Amino acid sequence: MSAALRTGLIWGTIGVFLSLVGMVEAFAARQVIVGVVSLGHLLLLIISLGSGVRAARQVAAGERAPGAVLLRGLVAGMVTGAVGAAFIAVGPAINLRAMFISATPELFALLSFGRGIAGIPLVLGAGAAAGVLGAAATLLPAVIARPLAVGVTTALTFGLFQELLQIILQEGTIRTAIKRLLFTDDGLPPRGALIVFVVAGVLSALLRGRRGGVRAWAASRPPRQRRVLSAGALVLGVALVLVLPVVGGLFIAQVLVLVGLYVLMGLGLNLEVGFAGLLDLGFVAFFAIGAYTVGLLTSTGEHAIADLSFWAAVPIAVVASLIAGFLFGLPILRIRGDYLAIATLGFGEIIRLLFLSDALRPWFGGSQGVLGIPKPELFGFEFSGPQQLYYLTLIASAFVAFVAARLRDSRLGRAWMALREDEDVAEAMGINLVNVKLLAYGIGGAMAGMGGAIFAVMLGSIFPHSFSLIISVNVLALIIVGGMGSLPGVVVGSLFLVGLPELLREFSDFRFLIYGAVLVIMMQFRPEGLWPSAAQQRELHEERADIAVAPVAEAVPGEAQAEGGGS
Amino acid sequence: MRHVRLLVALFVALLLAGGSYFVPSAPAAQTMGPVTDAIGVVKINKGQPITIAYWLVIAGPDATLGVDSRRGIEIAIDDAKGTLVGHPIRLIGEDSACNAEGGTTAATKLAANKAIVAAIGSSCSSEARPGAPILWKAGIVTVSPSNTAPVLTAPDRGPDYGGYMRTAHNDQVQGKVAAEFATRVLKVKKAATIHDGSPYAEGLANVFADVFTRLNGAGSVTSREAISPTDTDMRPVLTKIAAAKPELIYFPVFIAAGGFIARQAKEVSGLGAAVKLMSADGTFSPDFVKAAGDSVVGMYNSSPDLSPQALGPGYTVFLNKHKKKYGGNPLSAFHPHAYDAANLIFAAIRKVAKKDAQGNTYIGRQALRDALFATKGFKGLTGTLTCNQYGDCADPKIAVYQHTTADVTKWNPGTSPKKIYP
Amino acid sequence: MRRSGLARIPIIDIFLWVFRIGVIGVVLYGSFGTLRQGKYSGEVWIDFVVFGLSQGSVYALIALGYTMVYGILRMINFAHGEVFMSGAYVAYFAAAAFNAAGFLNRQPVIALLAVLGVAMLTSTGIALVVERIAYRPLRRAPRLVPLIAAIGASFFLQYTFRGFFGTGFQAYPGVNVLKGEWVLAGIGILRTQAVVIVGAVVMMLALYLFVQRTKTGTAMRAVSEDMEVAAMMGIDVDRIIVITFGVGAAAAGAAGVLYALVFPQVHFFMGFLPGIKAFTAAVLGGIGNIPGAMVGGLFLGIFESVGPTLFLEGLTVPGIYPAGIPAPYQLKDVIAFVMLVMVLIFRPSGILGERLATKKA
Repeated sequence: MSAALRTGLIWGTIGVFLSLVGMVEAFAARQVIVGVVSLGHLLLLIISLGSGVRAARQVAAGERAPGAVLLRGLVAGMVTGAVGAAFIAVGPAINLRAMFISATPELFALLSFGRGIAGIPLVLGAGAAAGVLGAAATLLPAVIARPLAVGVTTALTFGLFQELLQIILQEGTIRTAIKRLLFTDDGLPPRGALIVFVVAGVLSALLRGRRGGVRAWAASRPPRQRRVLSAGALVLGVALVLVLPVVGGLFIAQVLVLVGLYVLMGLGLNLEVGFAGLLDLGFVAFFAIGAYTVGLLTSTGEHAIADLSFWAAVPIAVVASLIAGFLFGLPILRIRGDYLAIATLGFGEIIRLLFLSDALRPWFGGSQGVLGIPKPELFGFEFSGPQQLYYLTLIASAFVAFVAARLRDSRLGRAWMALREDEDVAEAMGINLVNVKLLAYGIGGAMAGMGGAIFAVMLGSIFPHSFSLIISVNVLALIIVGGMGSLPGVVVGSLFLVGLPELLREFSDFRFLIYGAVLVIMMQFRPEGLWPSAAQQRELHEERADIAVAPVAEAVPGEAQAEGGGS
Repeated sequence: MRHVRLLVALFVALLLAGGSYFVPSAPAAQTMGPVTDAIGVVKINKGQPITIAYWLVIAGPDATLGVDSRRGIEIAIDDAKGTLVGHPIRLIGEDSACNAEGGTTAATKLAANKAIVAAIGSSCSSEARPGAPILWKAGIVTVSPSNTAPVLTAPDRGPDYGGYMRTAHNDQVQGKVAAEFATRVLKVKKAATIHDGSPYAEGLANVFADVFTRLNGAGSVTSREAISPTDTDMRPVLTKIAAAKPELIYFPVFIAAGGFIARQAKEVSGLGAAVKLMSADGTFSPDFVKAAGDSVVGMYNSSPDLSPQALGPGYTVFLNKHKKKYGGNPLSAFHPHAYDAANLIFAAIRKVAKKDAQGNTYIGRQALRDALFATKGFKGLTGTLTCNQYGDCADPKIAVYQHTTADVTKWNPGTSPKKIYP
Repeated sequence: MRRSGLARIPIIDIFLWVFRIGVIGVVLYGSFGTLRQGKYSGEVWIDFVVFGLSQGSVYALIALGYTMVYGILRMINFAHGEVFMSGAYVAYFAAAAFNAAGFLNRQPVIALLAVLGVAMLTSTGIALVVERIAYRPLRRAPRLVPLIAAIGASFFLQYTFRGFFGTGFQAYPGVNVLKGEWVLAGIGILRTQAVVIVGAVVMMLALYLFVQRTKTGTAMRAVSEDMEVAAMMGIDVDRIIVITFGVGAAAAGAAGVLYALVFPQVHFFMGFLPGIKAFTAAVLGGIGNIPGAMVGGLFLGIFESVGPTLFLEGLTVPGIYPAGIPAPYQLKDVIAFVMLVMVLIFRPSGILGERLATKKA
């Protein structure tokens, strides 16, 4: 029981913290389901639910009587509510607003359902109810719980992204019909939410049973058919990716271009950090060099040094970044570990400051930047907007990903991994550390340079202020979250850490707060990332003696297995 | 497997080729209802709201700038009783983050929404550079309340900016006023400038330096220095400047850096109390008085002229409305410009909107743009607005103020700081 | 087998020598040019140096925390800059309250000591929480993991403060008794600067004595030497680590207040750059070395203050920069970072040498 109390307290404190940081109030501006629940309230609800769920999970396996579990949930939820209630009671009284800017009267009204102090019993009740619900959810059999969860999540997602969905659905007869059915001008009304919930829940319930069946069926097919099936799946996936910007509209295309650029950078940094273990916090420098090279070579403005086309300029930009990587790497070859992080950070800042400086203004444009960069043209077709640039970015990313995958499996890639594990042993094994490190910096830099080239034409003008340390940290965060050394992980990380804040502006205010928390939490529980490479996962969990893990079987391609076993 | 790969490659190539054709082309000549327009028509059904959008800095450290402008727009909507050509006005908007990427994202998001008739924004010039062409490509005209970079309305700005105009002054004017003030009123012969690496500050410092040199001869600008906006220790820079003995230091930076410069200028031995300090509208805010403390007394600021003498009684009425609606004085200096921008748009819409028999409204985008650019003699809050062909509509009234007190609570532009020029 | 793979050493060494000579050459040429121009009198140079000393003292205090934690855990505590910021920020509220009550000017010494206490308590509290939540569970993880957790913690703290207290800054109230300057031996020094320098020196001495003379200090040194053996000797390693963090954080909190006396604006991002500079200072002086932190800090401060004028202004390049490099103070951080890189490449053990055995990081 004391565990439940403690859980309740912890979650309640989290709730107060989020309120004080301003998240609750900022989120409350967005209505998830119009007239029913705002994101702010949803957040609070999730906290109380979480409290209940956690308390329920803490019950020892043997004591899992429904009554006991529900009681725990109730207690935890009520304590969470009590913390909130205390906050509501105390906050306005001691003029918390003088210190904490978020402790506004609006916040307290929000927390107390508009009733102020009189709302305290309501808060306690709501907390207790949510706690019980959360605990009850853990008791439900998976058959019911799964579709329920899917339905709720889908409905909430629709409500959250309603703006975007409405933009996607604004053309075409079928689409506009769906839009009118589900949405109103303000967002997702309860009716629409209900429809989505039911449809998603039903689909999930139906497919759930099928999924295992489909897998089994597919696995039982002869190898040739399996190959066709997997190829078919691949083609479908590719088609989806290709059609996305057209269907999604201008804004989605723009977000995808940004995601693509970060994927390019992520692939490059992944090479340095994930494969070779060289922590580079000055990575944005290569991005900047690529962008400035293209900018200076193609610009029609005053700082242009040549009048090349984009296609001629890009290889030059990539080579420039490559050379920059070598030059960058040469002095720091002997530095290791944490010192390396700081040294590279220093380099990144040096490059940015040099581009910004008045001293180099005649060449780089100083703070006014390089303007008038034209969009790329190919046989008369102009890549004028995000929808066209998306395809360019896609091809670039695909190419770079291919290169990265081949490198990973090559001798050089192995050398990098040896370097990452233990430099001295690698050296002793005959690996030429100098070459290997320089190549890591160079190739990683070249990839970022390509990203920079596209960035320059996307914006049409480049300012040194775009190339700050934050970007290096962003890229680092996304490969960590996605999985160091893992290529799909880079895409996953990019989608989450770049795509999501663009789509949900409320999140972008609290973006770095969430980043920070996510980084710390992920390092504790899942340091290998969301889509890790098998090697990393094995590695990192072996070291963590306190986590017992069954050996992770290597993902063996189905055909090899079949070929080895069947024919 | 090879066959499948080939198939996939073929399919991909096909999609790529076909995909680009699927991309919706830029708005083209269109006829809808009673309106034919070269770049597109917006139809607003009877009873539906008419959508006006803003892209301003409403989050982050510079949020006061954008929020202040947005309030100007909201008051304009209130004054129009929330209705325009028979439709309720719906105001939506995006945060543009005061940098190029933010401007791009905000503009793209707005451009994707075909219901938007016109936009107000951006706040910072660096956002408008990439953002305005994006909006204009989608046929959305935008009026900026606070962009001051000269290059946005320069004659060589190009057709991409055809839909961009502004009610804010051009920094060519502000820098010039500051230099003239220094020369003619303060009778200063030598000056130094400090900027912080932002396009705004650097542009302004350069204009000041150019005009000052023209008025006082070569070498009258003793040093042109630069700092980072995050710098805290300005003493070395100030000591360096002091060696050349300028009589005035012009630092058109933002509040944080400006505060340090103001404070530390008094402490640097070479400068002494005789040196005059002058800044621009980036520091024209009560927060700056807080930052600079006692050293703010006697300092000069140039800023859009918000005094009742310049703006007339209409401004006092506006201020009262502002106080009633938002519970305080305005946060920045561009709310009247935003108010005027909104009204300009409303007036133009009233001129070009046509209704059909069922009561639906049609607005041609090119016609709207032309009507806006044809604005002449429009009596706005900031003065009489006449738009030239490049989008400069402002009736620039730049005033120079002098701070008389370090008491933040007494902040009242016009009296404290006191307007002393013209 | 190939000879140990570093057959390329001559080329690398040559490059490094060229780099070294290049930087030193530029520095000497620029300095010469500036001194020859003779624009600045001796007084002015002394002013520069004094500014550098006071800025450097702040760096030194923050560097203390870095150096102690690194000495024991071999980890850069990225969140240390935020610990510094949190002390300064929270102490602002105390200072503002005292000022409103008039207490600050009536009893400045007591009030300032109280403000200092508040700052140190806050910093220590936050540092200990971060250690417990973010670092302790990761003590055995591969090197990269706690580093990333530290970066995450740093961001989290920054934006927490931003969320709590806003994106603007708060202005510290001025203390009347500290306005103006004192004149020592003909050199004018601002009172606030004097307080900062003296305060830093006092703290440094106190810390040094603590580490060298007390039992806990000896335990700290033992743990930094070899954690496992120290544990075998019966030292409670966890407790020592907590104490290290605490002491380092307290120093940073004090640094925060001193910093705020000289630069009276506090805002949520103020800890980032000083944090990096302080780490530079720690490395410069010799990581793990407490007097080294002081030396490194002062050195860095003076470099930053004098450097741009001395090195860059006289750097005339005929045809391009006839009058030397324009706006040299924009490149102040470039100088600091170049110095950092030089130190890391050429003398990673720092000025006073690394006190500990060179364990491969």
